[in-house]
Amino acid sequence: MSDPRDPLRLSVDRDRCAGAGMCALTAPEVFDQDDEEGLVVLLHPAPAPEHRAAARMAVGLCPAGAIALDAPDSTDS
Amino acid sequence: MSYDPTAAGTTADDITAEEPPTLPTDRRTGCPFDPPAELTALSDEPMRRMRYADGHVGRLVTGHAAARAILADPRFSSRYELLHLPMPISGVSGELPPAPVGDIIGLDAPEHTRYRRLLTGKFTVRRMRRLTERVEQLTIECLDAMEQAGPAVDLVEAFAQPLPALMICELLGVPYTDRERFQSHVATLFDQTADAESKGEAHMALLQYLGELVLAKRAEPTDDLLSDLTTSDLTDEELAGIGGLLLAAGLDTTANMLALGTFALLSNPDQLDALRADPGLAEQTVEELLRYLSVADPLLRSALDDVEVEGQLIGAGETVTVSVQAANRDPRKFPDPDRLDIHRKATGHLAFGHGVHQCLGQQLARVEMTVALPALFARFPTLRLAAPPQEVPLRDHSNIYGVISLPVTWDKEQTHE
Ligand code: HEM
Repeated sequence: MSDPRDPLRLSVDRDRCAGAGMCALTAPEVFDQDDEEGLVVLLHPAPAPEHRAAARMAVGLCPAGAIALDAPDSTDS
Repeated sequence: MSYDPTAAGTTADDITAEEPPTLPTDRRTGCPFDPPAELTALSDEPMRRMRYADGHVGRLVTGHAAARAILADPRFSSRYELLHLPMPISGVSGELPPAPVGDIIGLDAPEHTRYRRLLTGKFTVRRMRRLTERVEQLTIECLDAMEQAGPAVDLVEAFAQPLPALMICELLGVPYTDRERFQSHVATLFDQTADAESKGEAHMALLQYLGELVLAKRAEPTDDLLSDLTTSDLTDEELAGIGGLLLAAGLDTTANMLALGTFALLSNPDQLDALRADPGLAEQTVEELLRYLSVADPLLRSALDDVEVEGQLIGAGETVTVSVQAANRDPRKFPDPDRLDIHRKATGHLAFGHGVHQCLGQQLARVEMTVALPALFARFPTLRLAAPPQEVPLRDHSNIYGVISLPVTWDKEQTHE
């Protein structure tokens, strides 16, 4: 497995989101929920090193598979 | 209850025989927190064929990865009318009726999505955390009343039931003083020994009560969730149904976790001492208790299509029983799974389900448990069982597992503010 602090790029799909709140619970610095529908709000698509491990965990926990994780394209640095 | 290997149940022979076994439900191990031994014995086999009450042959899922995959897959439906029951409900034969209006647990997308979207904004992590202070106040009130009534009380009646009940009532805007109009009905709905007719009557009575309440909120809105929802496009019937679901779910879930969780901690004094020594462990203790106790079990789904899961083909039309308690004891996911260990990372447990139906009230339940359990043990440092553990009556025939009552006591001069 790669280092949990390796750079990463996140994207979210609000259509798939079920509003369970696992991401906001697990990585509150990276994810929030809006007040109307409780759907995911991505605060930091490229989270700081100290929040990357929690962000990765949130990706794995999301019950609706609404968070995608890509290693940042090596060409777009 | 004595252990009798010749009593009805499955033996190793049945498992390999042609006739698929039924769902193991008998907790005979002597440990009230452990799943039926036949269930966890299947841990190296994530899935197998299972016979349902009406003779249908579907699946039983006990592996964590398979359970997660199925619960996350929209090709597995939650619609009641497609399900076969693992155990008979007296008075029910043939196809199950579809979900009554407002019971979103029995709906699929897109109907489910529409209702869920109206509700998720009211149960966000942030909103529920904002209730922390209120939960703390109510906890103190309940503990005060318990201290007055004791020593020697039933913890279920004195603490585990009233706290979540007060909280869900306040949140929804349901007067707690009306509780004789809904509490017993909710109990009947969760009771597996109740027949279809009494369940139907309980459901009608609950809807009748909520229907009246919805009309009152429409006429005179107050600052609560039901009043809030009257401004959405939901009909009165939908509002009453959703209100009934939230009330029932709020009354009879966290209460069982609080009482059974207290019982589990009192039975594992090393774990309780560790929590007492470091209240910072409260959040992960709650996750571990959720995993270890898995009170809402099992979850049922129906395959809409032929689906391959973990190398096995599940045929369209098969009912799948996802055993959350077995999945949460899968040694491939949780090493030494039968040990209550508040230092472990229990995240990823399936106690709140998984997929689009994952518990709507989970953040509320987390706040309640994280506040209430440490407060209880802080107030009563000498809290202990007042009956032999094997005599504590268990909710063996309920959709939500727990204890029926939990006799506890403490030394009177040793309580803390
Ligand atoms: C520790 C306590 C609780 C446990 C263990 C629990 C467990 C569960 C589980 C396993 C499900 C998924 C059902 C399925 O997939 O078929 C669920 C759904 C649900 N829970 Fe909870 N629950 C708890 C507390 C609450 C509370 C306090 C509320 C009240 C607001 C609540 C409201 C709901 C609702 C409305 C659903 C249906 C969600 C949907 O279908 O989209 N639960 N719960």
